[in-house]
Amino acid sequence: MLSRKTRYAELTEHLEPEEMIINMGPQHPSTHGVLRLELITDGEIVKEVIPHMGYLHRCFEKHCESLSYQQIIPFVDRMDYLASMNNDHAFVMGVERMLGIDQDIPKRIEYIRVLVCELNRIGSHLIAIGTYGIDIGAFTPFLWCFRDREHIMNMLEWASGSRMLYNYIWIGGLFYDLPVGFEERCGEFIEYFKPKLKELDQLLTDNQIFINRTAGVGILPLDVAINYGCSGPMLRGSGLKWDLRRVDEYSVYPELEFDIPVGKGEMGKAGDCWDRYKVRVDEIVQSVHIIEQCLNRLQKELKRSPDFDPRAMLPKKIIPKEQDFYIRSENPKGELGYYFITDGKTEIPKRVKARAPSFSNLSVLPEIARGVLIADLVAILGSIDIVLGEVDR
Amino acid sequence: MMTFNQIKDLLLQKFGSEVIAGEQISGIQHALIIKKDSIADVCLELRDNERTYFDFLSCLTGVDHGVEDNRFAVVYHLASIPYKSQLTLKVIIEHDRSSDILPSFPTVSHVWKAAEWHEREAFDLTGFYFDGHPDLRRILLPDDWEGYPLRKDYVAAEEYKGIKIN
Repeated sequence: MLSRKTRYAELTEHLEPEEMIINMGPQHPSTHGVLRLELITDGEIVKEVIPHMGYLHRCFEKHCESLSYQQIIPFVDRMDYLASMNNDHAFVMGVERMLGIDQDIPKRIEYIRVLVCELNRIGSHLIAIGTYGIDIGAFTPFLWCFRDREHIMNMLEWASGSRMLYNYIWIGGLFYDLPVGFEERCGEFIEYFKPKLKELDQLLTDNQIFINRTAGVGILPLDVAINYGCSGPMLRGSGLKWDLRRVDEYSVYPELEFDIPVGKGEMGKAGDCWDRYKVRVDEIVQSVHIIEQCLNRLQKELKRSPDFDPRAMLPKKIIPKEQDFYIRSENPKGELGYYFITDGKTEIPKRVKARAPSFSNLSVLPEIARGVLIADLVAILGSIDIVLGEVDR
Repeated sequence: MMTFNQIKDLLLQKFGSEVIAGEQISGIQHALIIKKDSIADVCLELRDNERTYFDFLSCLTGVDHGVEDNRFAVVYHLASIPYKSQLTLKVIIEHDRSSDILPSFPTVSHVWKAAEWHEREAFDLTGFYFDGHPDLRRILLPDDWEGYPLRKDYVAAEEYKGIKIN
């Protein structure tokens, strides 16, 4: 069937005498999981990068062929396991829109959803920043990030009963209301976290060694980023103001104030590793700002009341009309999309496909890592911030 | 920003009536069904025409419509960054499920590089051949895996290289 020679065969069949193939991963710490990069090297120079993935493949889409919508949510949790709330939110939103109940969801529920999603976004970015530091050789930021992320995980565990894989956002509502005192504790955390964020910023952002390792390295031009389907901090790092929270105006984001940070090439050129890193740092600041607004509203006009039941709206039977539907949302890593095909008869979707942001973001790696040093490849890969649970699904 | 019908008219004007095989307008999101051989030209036109400017490929999905009707589809989700609009295109073909010749579609990987890995995934999981694809290999499953898991008639493998799967 495959009459034409693949690019892979062309690259690897004949090597020049000075070239050598090196496997980086799947157990390499800087691949952030089980990713194997096949490098064709000439000394320290990387001539080609060929990513091989699938070590964590569970065929999520096959599982979906036999599960009802509510049962799929725990599987969705396990895709981008660093941002489970965001995965759930996108999925739930898609099903609610197909059912036509998305306008009837009470405001308190929507605000709680946004609150936990933004907390999770901070957690995800803290991991990205911390592990990026360790890739470059800075150990302290890693420990500091994990220390602060621990507070977020404790809070989300308090709300949902689970540390990482929450299954908290349900179709038509929530698993439970926030526990009593959550808003206050979350407010305390924000007060604690703001000065810590400044410290972290001083430790890494203006660190000359860090700048030398990242500025001007792995430059991703904007047209390349768009053509490869890059999204999230990857796309914004290249200088485009593109955030689906603003573009699609889903949930209660239109009522909230926040900026969209973009890379400006302050230290090197726009779209380099430093810019992508800085976009994440700035997004944490914006997420903190969103959380403050959510907490304010959840404690005032949307205060908890004894008769509030987050499960009141749960549909008895989830059978959307026969249709195709694609929902996209802004995950910490980029555009997370779900494509549903429903037959209008059963509670089981005919097809669910997940468009994972890390998958498309990773696909640009061979393009921007051509001709760099091996040490820079580590810096570039870290700046993409992939989660293999999502790449492999 | 152009509406769904305006985009349809634009394509009719440019390519004539034979490129559009139909449309799906039942749900919230509408889809244009494009003839198989024209899909790459249509995509290129939609990307480069400054009135549509679909420069971003969000998603590409391979679909097996079930054992009864032997229809296979590739669904393209396009997005335009300057116009903030979205469009769904579909190519549907019939195929008898014989294993020697896979259902074949033209590649769009020269239009959007993003399609390259998505098409590899559709090849890997649903068993579609993309004509003209530069690097059509399995992407998520091992190279020597047998069968295509997202086919509706797929029987789950019991073992892989002597290792039991359960």
